[in-house]
Amino acid sequence: MQSARLGDFGAGQDGTLNATALRADARRESFGLLALLSPGLLLVFTVIIIPIGWLFWLSLFDEGGAFSAANYARFFEQASYIRTFITTFKVAFFVTGACVLLGYPLAYMLSQLPRRVASICLIFVILPFWTSVLVRTYAWLVILQRKGLINSWLIDLGVISQPLSLANNFAGVVIGMTHIMLPFLVLPLYASMKTIDTDCLRAGMNLGASPAATFRQIFFPLSLPGLASGVVIVFVLCLGFFVTPALMGGGKVIMWAMRMEQTTSLYSNWGAGAALGVVLLAVTLALLGLFQWLLGARATGVWSSR
Amino acid sequence: MLLSIAPSALPIGISGIEKRFGGVSVLRDLSLDVAAGEFLTLLGPSGSGKTTLLMILAGFVRANSGSIKVGGEEIITTPPHRRNIGMVFQNYALFPHMNVFHNIAFPLKQRRVSAADTAERVERALDLVQLKGLGERRVDQLSGGQRQRVALARAIVFEPRIVLMDEPLSALDKSLREHMQIELRNLHRRLGMTTVYVTHDQREAITMSDRIAVMNVGRIEQIDRPEVLYAKPQTRFVAGFIGDSNFIPVECRNGSVWYEDRKIRMAAVAPSSGSHLMVVRPEKLRLVTDAEPAGSINVIPATVGDVIYQGDSFVCYAVLEDGQQVTLRDYCRSDVLAKLPRPGEPVNLGIDAEDVVLVAAD
Repeated sequence: MQSARLGDFGAGQDGTLNATALRADARRESFGLLALLSPGLLLVFTVIIIPIGWLFWLSLFDEGGAFSAANYARFFEQASYIRTFITTFKVAFFVTGACVLLGYPLAYMLSQLPRRVASICLIFVILPFWTSVLVRTYAWLVILQRKGLINSWLIDLGVISQPLSLANNFAGVVIGMTHIMLPFLVLPLYASMKTIDTDCLRAGMNLGASPAATFRQIFFPLSLPGLASGVVIVFVLCLGFFVTPALMGGGKVIMWAMRMEQTTSLYSNWGAGAALGVVLLAVTLALLGLFQWLLGARATGVWSSR
Repeated sequence: MLLSIAPSALPIGISGIEKRFGGVSVLRDLSLDVAAGEFLTLLGPSGSGKTTLLMILAGFVRANSGSIKVGGEEIITTPPHRRNIGMVFQNYALFPHMNVFHNIAFPLKQRRVSAADTAERVERALDLVQLKGLGERRVDQLSGGQRQRVALARAIVFEPRIVLMDEPLSALDKSLREHMQIELRNLHRRLGMTTVYVTHDQREAITMSDRIAVMNVGRIEQIDRPEVLYAKPQTRFVAGFIGDSNFIPVECRNGSVWYEDRKIRMAAVAPSSGSHLMVVRPEKLRLVTDAEPAGSINVIPATVGDVIYQGDSFVCYAVLEDGQQVTLRDYCRSDVLAKLPRPGEPVNLGIDAEDVVLVAAD
């Protein structure tokens, strides 16, 4: 029936032949696509938009249930909040740095191995993913504590006389979190290193650059976009991390997420907890925006990835 | 003086190169001499070892044994960055994070050439490949042909002793490729650097090369000037790989050549005995009216199978008496066009004794 009417719409006039029918067709197609998308959109709305909106709403009421900005004002009034905030960023910074130092050489090695060997090695990188974070954190406690594996070995070997404090402090948190975050850095970095054309490296050497110079001038700059995305993922994940700092920090390292937990379950102050959540979300989004702005400019500039 | 006739063009002596990957021999006792300033093409199908040989020359692949001498100096163990050999890669391998200027300046930077000198030399190289004023462009803003030129400029800006090219034109479309062939050829004439060029395109090889080494399964089948390779192929592989060929089985007895019961006259000395293949190029066959051989013309009767008109020329598929199919090609001059044979028509095919070439029947 549709096809029978084709050609009826002002046939013969320039630029209008079937124009209405084609427009209607385009509209039908977009409605169809929207209909296909709707379950996903509904899910996003119910599990993301509504809870976050509710969180935001909660944060606007004080303990007495009165509408106020007291929950946000507290961040500037109480030093402990600011300390927690700084600790959170410090931990995220050190963990990200440790991940880069450990992950870059690892990803580089993986990218240079034959594909078959590399995929076996990658399994070992991913393997910890399949183990519970809690289990891994307790395992680190066993290894790092005062009478743990490392300290008893080092004392037995006579390297140290007093046990090193590796757990229940800042160092312990960083060690435990680095282990958990490493795959998040290695995987995107490895993927981006794999896309670097080996002929580019060959060309570098052919043109007179030593292997080290080729790495510095060609491989490293080309791997930066992958490194940046790994760094962003790790840093942002660190900001909201809870289990490992809670267990490995020994109560001395209070991160943002732990503060939230205390506020809601210990003090039952949902408004304050919600405000913490909102601030963390805002800071994270701002950071992502900043990275996007920095890398976006690069991506359209010299760092175009193919 | 940069970018003039290179007085530093050096000969390459390749001898006894063996290369095995796993248990598979890729190059077998390969020896080859390239004269100073020569444009030599390694031509062969994929898997013939031509790219491997180029990689060994550049130093990216280590041979199992053999020697490579450049100007008499052994370089087989010299690392790639000290070989001073320019190379144009198949996919150009331009550095995506650098603009055109920095790509071309890269080899100069490694050689610690001063900034002023670098700018001048890059400018001249850009000029040479007709990309003047594009130095600030990003690589991804360039067309395929322009990238090709940048890769070329980068490979010659540091005045290498030798330039290697690995199928540099294979990614370009046909008309641009043909244009670049001529341009590369002219550039080589101007600069005079010793060039080793790899391609699987026989037409490209014929167009550009001083000499062509035809490679097959890790060996050089024949190495000669293009016109000699075409006119006097020594093996069936070379005859089949370069140009189109008809292979007509012949017998040699007592120093003369026989096809069925016809004696074939040939200008060259015939082998004394054995089965051979007569190589006849389609354009060397022609339609003759006389059924008897006259002068130096051999005549073979055939029946026309099909005639295909191609504008400037026509192709005639004919079947010999023993069922062998042969191809004949001729230009569409008006006298020829008037007498084009029809399918099913009996014809006489003439071959000049000069054009009879025999190769071993494997």
